[in-house]
Amino acid sequence: MSIVVGEDTKLVVSGLTGREGSFHGLRNRDYGTDLVAGVTPKKGGQDVDGVPIFDTIAEAVSEAGANTSMIFVPARFAAASINEAIDSGVQTVIAITEGIPVLDMLKTYWKAKEAGVRLVGPNCPGVLSPSKANVGIIPAQFFDQGAIGVVSKSGTLTYQIGNELKQAGLGNSSIVGIGGDPIVGSDFIDILTLFENDPETELIVMVGEIGGDAEERAADFIAESVSKPVVAYIAGFTAPPGKQMGHAGAIISGSSGTAQAKKDALEAKDVRVGTSPTETAQLAVETLNARA
Amino acid sequence: MDLLEYQGKQLFAKHGVAVPSGEVADTPDDAVAAAERIGYPVAVKAQVLIGGRGKAGGIKIAGDAEEARAHAEAIIGMDITGPHGEGPFRVDAVWIEGGSDIAEEYYASIILDRSEKKLLAMVSAKGGMDIEAVAAEDPDALIKRHIDPTTEFDAAAARPIVEAAGLAEDALDGAAEVLAKLAEVAASEDATLIEVNPLIVTKDRQVVALDSKVTIDGNALFRHEDLAEIADSAADDPQEAMAKEKGLTYVKLPGDIGILGNGAGLCMSTLDVVAQAGGAPANFLDAGGGSKAEAIVDALEVITSDPKVNAVLFNIFGGITRCDEVAKGIIEASQRIELKVPLVVRLDGTNSEEGLRLLNEAGIEGLEVEATMLGAAERVVQLATAQKGGEQ
Repeated sequence: MSIVVGEDTKLVVSGLTGREGSFHGLRNRDYGTDLVAGVTPKKGGQDVDGVPIFDTIAEAVSEAGANTSMIFVPARFAAASINEAIDSGVQTVIAITEGIPVLDMLKTYWKAKEAGVRLVGPNCPGVLSPSKANVGIIPAQFFDQGAIGVVSKSGTLTYQIGNELKQAGLGNSSIVGIGGDPIVGSDFIDILTLFENDPETELIVMVGEIGGDAEERAADFIAESVSKPVVAYIAGFTAPPGKQMGHAGAIISGSSGTAQAKKDALEAKDVRVGTSPTETAQLAVETLNARA
Repeated sequence: MDLLEYQGKQLFAKHGVAVPSGEVADTPDDAVAAAERIGYPVAVKAQVLIGGRGKAGGIKIAGDAEEARAHAEAIIGMDITGPHGEGPFRVDAVWIEGGSDIAEEYYASIILDRSEKKLLAMVSAKGGMDIEAVAAEDPDALIKRHIDPTTEFDAAAARPIVEAAGLAEDALDGAAEVLAKLAEVAASEDATLIEVNPLIVTKDRQVVALDSKVTIDGNALFRHEDLAEIADSAADDPQEAMAKEKGLTYVKLPGDIGILGNGAGLCMSTLDVVAQAGGAPANFLDAGGGSKAEAIVDALEVITSDPKVNAVLFNIFGGITRCDEVAKGIIEASQRIELKVPLVVRLDGTNSEEGLRLLNEAGIEGLEVEATMLGAAERVVQLATAQKGGEQ
């Protein structure tokens, strides 16, 4: 098993005719993802390297059987595309686009909730289930199939940790980038729930960063509802208050959202927190070996 | 993007929230001229992006021209540090504002609640003081209500909130109307935080916003031309301005080790491991995913233009970013700009072998390659310390 994407994924990419969209969409197909369609308004009937293009996501669902949508359109149009995907009949929407206005996402978040559609992102690298499907921009070469689930706010930091796990001979069930925006469709808790119920996942690595309180809430959730071991890493101990550190959501507001507060909250619930990506990977290896 | 007090008040006025009349001034002469036009007494208020200005001496009342000049001279150019150590912020301008007859001081705000994914309205009868302290000491005095994203938030919807806060009976209508208008400001101007502290009731029972703290979503500036102009003209430090022009994400920090990482998370993590190794980062710079050679040249230029930098660390984990592209950028940068400080490079991930081969072949003086992130952090701290020693 795997979570969010897997062997049953039938992918439609909004923005497949764009430069980035075609590069990554076709890369996903090369990996083995079942890419069934692309969507660009007014370009229906064309194709990108043999992948049929439709005017709407709904057509991609009815004509090509798409069940998962990836959003790769520019920021100012992306919320509308996500909304279109939510209405189209797909079960899962993965939004890669960075820079979507947060109040647009607020409305879109509730729309997805109401429709019962799983939204991952925006401003995320996507989801990879090694040997099964890759939807997004995660470079698959750093990840083997295995028993570790990874959920992360950051892309490159995840690749760093994944690569260290691979060098230690360990692999992953799924790697889920939830995104670095203040409002994202799926939070740590949503993904932790999926990993808890996924038989392939034996240990979960959670990668957080400054801003908001998703890590603190995850700590409480882990104590109450997660039986599998969780190892965490938090970035941003040296970040000054009031400054946005790259990601729109990575900002310490007043005295809240600090890395120390997140680390303390996790450790208070017996979650081990690595001091560096390297140590975090080592903790995961140790914990998994101790169970074996 | 945070707005200065007067910019926030202009936004309030645009949406029909009452604010005192005032003028902005960046010299003592202009401040006095503004005060003469407005009429005494006036408040001379430092325009900086931080709370706690009053305590820092950044807000003074002037009864005549002489006092207005003295206060403006003292405040323009002063440095103010925030209550949580933010800044220091240099005061470039003052806001000269007509005096208000204050009967009551309340608190009102609309903020984006990330946890609940809703806007949150907060109101308190205890305004004019640090609201975090009020919330800590007397939590019941701060009324918090989420705004239902599916229905309209008008004065009628706002009324129960101001009632619950226990505001004066004859101010309830006015306060409810202000709260609804603040929510309208949030929705139509893409504000993620609007705070009015104090929201006053004047002696003639008008509800007036005496202060403003407004944060605008930087991702939404494309649909707000007026606010985008403010963002462009906002005074940045030289490196931040240079980075903005080149489209790089850069944050100035107090230390002496220049940092470049690719991806926000990895870059933050790099700062942390450098600090753990005993060093002090001079900046955050995310070269972005898919960094091309040109971005690397720009980044090195921005980092080394900061005179306090004693050594530089490039920490690259190539995913979409190709390490050979990064290496080409470093080589090109070393030809275009004179590298006065040592540079430690760690390249791992996509095409790292080719990248390392290129760097090795180029034989750049002062450049060292480290295999791991932790090793690179330790080495750059050593080099920065040696460089600092050499200067003395």
